[in-house]
Amino acid sequence: MALVLNQEQQMLKESAQGFLAEFAPLAELRKQRDAGSQTGYADNLWAQMANMGWAAILVPEAYGGLEFGHVGMGQIVEQTGRTLTASPLFATAVLGVTAINSAASEAQKTELLGAIAAGDITTALAVDEKIHHAPAAISMTAVKQNGGYLLNGAKRFVADGSTADKLIVAARTAGEAGDIDGISLFVVDRSAAGVEVERTPMTDTRNYANIRFSNVAVAEAALLGEEGKGFAALSATLDAGNIYLAAELLGIAQESFDRTLQYLKERKQFGVLIGSFQSLQHRAADWWSQVELCKSAVLKALQAMDEGDARAPALASIAKAKLCQVTELATNEAIQMHGGIGMTDEYEIGFFIKRARPAQMMFGDNHYHTDRFAQLSGY
Amino acid sequence: MSDLQAFRQQTRDWLEHNCPESMRQSTAGGDDMCWGGRNYKFASEDQKVWMERMAAKGWTAPDWPAEYGGGGLDKAEHKVLKEELARINARSPLDSFGIWMIGPALLKFGSEALKQQHLPPIVRGEIRWCQGYSEPGAGSDLAGLQAKGEDRGDHFIANGQKVWTSYGDKADWMFCLLRTDTEAKKQMGISLVLFDMETPGVTPKPIKLISGSSPFCETFLDDVRVEKDQVVGEINQGWTIAKYLLTHEREMIGGMGLADVGGESLGQIAAKTLGLEQGRLNNPMLRAEVATWEIDEACFALTAERVTDEVKSGQGVGATSAMLKYYGTELNKRRFETLLKITGSDGLVWEGEASNGGWLPRTWLRTKGNSIEGGTSEVQLNVIAKNILGLG
Repeated sequence: MALVLNQEQQMLKESAQGFLAEFAPLAELRKQRDAGSQTGYADNLWAQMANMGWAAILVPEAYGGLEFGHVGMGQIVEQTGRTLTASPLFATAVLGVTAINSAASEAQKTELLGAIAAGDITTALAVDEKIHHAPAAISMTAVKQNGGYLLNGAKRFVADGSTADKLIVAARTAGEAGDIDGISLFVVDRSAAGVEVERTPMTDTRNYANIRFSNVAVAEAALLGEEGKGFAALSATLDAGNIYLAAELLGIAQESFDRTLQYLKERKQFGVLIGSFQSLQHRAADWWSQVELCKSAVLKALQAMDEGDARAPALASIAKAKLCQVTELATNEAIQMHGGIGMTDEYEIGFFIKRARPAQMMFGDNHYHTDRFAQLSGY
Repeated sequence: MSDLQAFRQQTRDWLEHNCPESMRQSTAGGDDMCWGGRNYKFASEDQKVWMERMAAKGWTAPDWPAEYGGGGLDKAEHKVLKEELARINARSPLDSFGIWMIGPALLKFGSEALKQQHLPPIVRGEIRWCQGYSEPGAGSDLAGLQAKGEDRGDHFIANGQKVWTSYGDKADWMFCLLRTDTEAKKQMGISLVLFDMETPGVTPKPIKLISGSSPFCETFLDDVRVEKDQVVGEINQGWTIAKYLLTHEREMIGGMGLADVGGESLGQIAAKTLGLEQGRLNNPMLRAEVATWEIDEACFALTAERVTDEVKSGQGVGATSAMLKYYGTELNKRRFETLLKITGSDGLVWEGEASNGGWLPRTWLRTKGNSIEGGTSEVQLNVIAKNILGLG
């Protein structure tokens, strides 16, 4: 497949730009933050997005979705990086859909995917238990009892964990932390007895949570897929998650670049535009070149998911590692080249670094994915 | 069967019968490649046969028009040929600055007479070309070149000094930039001319590099007669063609970031050299360096692919050759720095059979020129800043 967008994907990208500029621009993030919003986005935003069909893009047609594909969805998510738009798009329409579609039974898919596509429910994926991403290092237990399971353990850094209707939880039905076998996925109501949600506001003012499960009883129907064999679906979900995080980071890297480039063409010192200084020109040119590399990595990874390419896991790690690296550069250079004004809350450029770092950290940072890439490459 | 499928089958059959076994493995680059030319000594009979057979079909320049000796293939057929060559790992039958540089420039800017005269011998590997661009006082500031062509009616008399002439001592003809109008603004008084290296007054002298080899010459021009019918394009309009060729050169050099060493990735070389412990390289710092490099290389390869696809589909900025040149050459330098760390003290051995004549350290040193030749990295960054980002 050629590494370019087709016409439909291009149109979706433009329609996302238009929608986000109108309903969820960066100013909206400030407004939500200053108003002490629990979600980070306006109350009706998700309904509007669902009306646009965004909740259904990755849902197969058989379950009421649009089945439009990852490259298309990637364009929307990239644009949300430019506007720093918080919404259930990532945790529900990407992670929720991928996990359910990879693991669930027909009946579960019909029920859950249909509800997601319609914009009726939101989900959150609860995986990590430590401060660094380690998907096999799961200690949380799920013990069989009374034809169902009893869940005990704690999760942290759960995106949308404080607001989602359903939690998709990775717990251990056998083995011990570090084993790939023995991990199972469950769908749990956030409001279920024994679920204790602690909202943990972070630098990007979104709605993460640490969640404790104390003797939470779920029915057998809450199990997604085969008991103890959940790691494959979890892995596929995390690959998708990382590729979409890379897409969002690409939007951040580009937008912070565009804004900084504009500033270099406006700001005068010593009687001249600072963009006339070669020291800044070369740094800007290198930054631009790095972003070009990022575009290719993200597009290829999205295409690989659409094509069911066996290299998707490696491409996910390539994209996430590279985007972490370049977004770190981009957000730091953005502040430095803006100078003092870049340090002020009043100016928007500082918002990018505060969203970038949690997005980089979620599901593995540059180090994690460079290590994983080496493992997948056989060394 | 479609025409293209038939072409593929014919090509495959022909290659099966005509590509010698020993030509079905990658070259070590440099002197191991087939360069052709009047004084060329073939490394083997197979190398000669392979070049001649391919040249007879015009496939040493597959996409040039057949009337000039080329293969006359359209894009789709050319792609098929490349795929079939790659399928049997066939090496290039002929590499030359004629095919890469002056040939395409002649096709685009040359007169009919110049095309008829020069293109067929390039295709047949009979004439080897070199490039006379840089001068001691005109490196990054190429348009500041001073070698003069003095107008004598039907010819010019050229005087001056060129430098960094690749294989100048082995080439048969030079394409050369001369200042033919000293009054005009510096870009406006330059002509691109062609002359035989055996013309009296042309003296190439090899330059010994830090790698120990001498792929470049300085070339002295003392009262060299250059016929006016050997000017490519218009007199004093050579800068346009020079810029075209520089872009071409950038793209060629930029591709170096993609070449595997002996067909192995850095990770494979590292695994073989250092060994694995529980599936991992036993040196964590080096492992991180290798993986980081391979990730960057993958992104670069995808970018080269994307840029090509964008051009094909009419999208994209098109001015990305500066970026590919900049990043590709820096990547290639990093590759060899990492290779040295992988190979340890063995990697610094300069002479002897075990080190293949010091291949690694000599090649490593050669890569330092990648980010200088064809426009330095700093010049590429200037080009990006000015032409793409609009920074004055």
